[in-house]
Amino acid sequence: MSKTQNAPGGVRSKTVVDYLNDENVRAILYQIIAIGLVILAGWYLVSNTLVNLERQNISTGYGFLDLEASFEISESMVQYSAQSSYATALLVGLLNTVKVSLLGIILCTIIGTIFGIARLSSNWIVRKLATVYVEIFRNIPVLLQLFFWYAVIPNAFPHPRDAFEPLPGVLLTSRGMYMPVPVADNAYTLMGIAAIIAFVAIFLIKKWAKKRQDETGQPFPVFLVGTGIFIGLVFIAYLIGGAPTDMDIPELKGFNIRGGTNVSPEFLAVLIGLTVYTSTYVAEVVRSGIQAVPHGQWEAADSLGIKRSVALRKVILPQSMRVAIPPLTNQYLNLTKNSSLAVAVGYPDLVSVSNTTMNQTGQAIEAISIFMSIYLGLSLLTSLFMNWFNKKMALVER
Amino acid sequence: MKIKTILAAGAMSVAAIAANNAQAGAVLDGIKAKGFVQCGVNTGLPGFSAANAEGKWEGIDVDVCRGIAAALLGDANKVQYTPLTAAQRFTALQSGEIDILSRNTTATLTRDVKLGLTFLGINYYDGQGFLIPKALGVSSATELDGATVCVEPGTTTELNLADYFRAKGMSFEPVVIENINEATAAFFSGRCDVYTTDASGLASIRTTMAPNPDDYMILPEIISKEPLGPAVAQGDEQWADIGRWALAAMLEAEEYGVTSANVDEMKSSTNPGIQRLLGVSPGMGEALGLDEEWAYRIIKQVGNYGESYEKNVTAKLGVERGLNALWTDGGLQYAWPVR
Repeated sequence: MSKTQNAPGGVRSKTVVDYLNDENVRAILYQIIAIGLVILAGWYLVSNTLVNLERQNISTGYGFLDLEASFEISESMVQYSAQSSYATALLVGLLNTVKVSLLGIILCTIIGTIFGIARLSSNWIVRKLATVYVEIFRNIPVLLQLFFWYAVIPNAFPHPRDAFEPLPGVLLTSRGMYMPVPVADNAYTLMGIAAIIAFVAIFLIKKWAKKRQDETGQPFPVFLVGTGIFIGLVFIAYLIGGAPTDMDIPELKGFNIRGGTNVSPEFLAVLIGLTVYTSTYVAEVVRSGIQAVPHGQWEAADSLGIKRSVALRKVILPQSMRVAIPPLTNQYLNLTKNSSLAVAVGYPDLVSVSNTTMNQTGQAIEAISIFMSIYLGLSLLTSLFMNWFNKKMALVER
Repeated sequence: MKIKTILAAGAMSVAAIAANNAQAGAVLDGIKAKGFVQCGVNTGLPGFSAANAEGKWEGIDVDVCRGIAAALLGDANKVQYTPLTAAQRFTALQSGEIDILSRNTTATLTRDVKLGLTFLGINYYDGQGFLIPKALGVSSATELDGATVCVEPGTTTELNLADYFRAKGMSFEPVVIENINEATAAFFSGRCDVYTTDASGLASIRTTMAPNPDDYMILPEIISKEPLGPAVAQGDEQWADIGRWALAAMLEAEEYGVTSANVDEMKSSTNPGIQRLLGVSPGMGEALGLDEEWAYRIIKQVGNYGESYEKNVTAKLGVERGLNALWTDGGLQYAWPVR
């Protein structure tokens, strides 16, 4: 069986059996068989499905995407009405999924980091509170948490008729949170441009400040200066634009509050549910990341006379990031995928819209194939970004 | 040796796959083999299909499945139920998970043609309405501009709603929740001003789910036609025929005044129509591929259409016959003759 049998120098010509006994030939053979089986199974599924659909006279194909959707969607980031096509409806769903996932990722990172650090606090109460938070929300299934928040939000706030107004113009109701928005004006475009310029300036200053600190050891207050530049530039743009003050203020008209912008209870329920659930995992990732940094690093920072809070930000967290980023990527992917549970509480995410689409058109396989590939794409994009980020962080190693 | 085993296994799986592809067509054979009808019903809509306190399914939609089981298998209890949401129902039928869908489903062209369904008839003529809290102070659907509306996704209701508001030049904000219990809970908690579905469903929700039914009212406007009926997947015509005529037999029994109580006496009736229906003069059962007592068993075990309606809809929801009265009483229910 061993290679030596087939070693070069053998006089007799090789038979088929000899070939089959060759490890390398076998390895290739097995792989060909494996691939063949996979292709066969795939072909079987596809052809069988097509035959069955044909037999039941169910139409197939993606032509339905151009048809008029004729159902309404409650919240949309692009122009959508019942006259729009199914393709537009799916785009609305996709954008809603992306919106809730992105916000969820940002919020859960912030909250999770805070709780992760709090878990290691020297203060007994802070430490225990953080532990209780993590243990409670980590151990309840996320779907139940969504139901919980969706039951709480409409019941916790009053009917729009007697809306609760904590700030002038901000209304809390059982239909969600209404906020005033400025009426569209050219000044806001100008302010946007100013903000971009400010960001570029801050980036350059940061680069310069780092170089200076590396060379001379002189720190530069980038954060303070940067904030100043940002606010200053945007404010100047606002004044140049004519300082518009018109606001679209929400107020009760008929049954509902009209005007302003609305954050729906469905969106809030999904966002809070996903954020809270995922933040507990992020907290654990952050905690383990910090603990993975050798204690000597703390002591070294101490001996250099660096404040504990500065040591955490400048010494410990950057090192723990390297440990934390890969598991963090997993949590972000989980959050994005869990956002598909939004369908249970009526948030019009991709799954919700796809479900309606497949039901109105009967194109179940097509609709599912669309949203599965979109989720796959979203997850791969997230992974790519995080891998890039991971590499960037790893390079900083000294 | 090892390789031979693997190759043999591979060849066998290919053979198995090829054999499987040859596909059984007959739903009917499947039902006879397993001995019961798999019936897709609503997850809980009292009057149409809902499990009672003992966990037994009852309702006018459930009676359709029971009638078919009585005709085909001889026993109305040989039915197993699959509760389905509006969004799940067609996939369940297309995939063969259920044999028949009897779940207050509106017959439309798209569903009949593009989804590959066959509707067997109409067991309830309905129309879409609006349920509102009386406190809203509205007396007509035309005053609903700007309202928030709770609606189940994947229904004709959802489409009619958009059509109606569009036609009237009004706006609304939909809240779309798949599970009927979650959706009604959202409505009763004040998330929506209006709940919309078929009028019968609204009556069911108002009487059985509202904290206090007197605080809610159904607006007078009916904005759509909703002919509700059982459906089967295309491809097994005999199975569709049995379902279609089981439904017709229940209606015709009511027209003839044959009830579960008097069906035995009616066997000696001299009316040739009744004789044909009850199999006294043979031929109908044979034509369907059943025995001659098929309709007799439906009426004996389940009752005629009127009995089913009384027992389920009138008694539970307080909804009168209206459009669902027999044509002879000014309604739309008109059985195809069993002859």
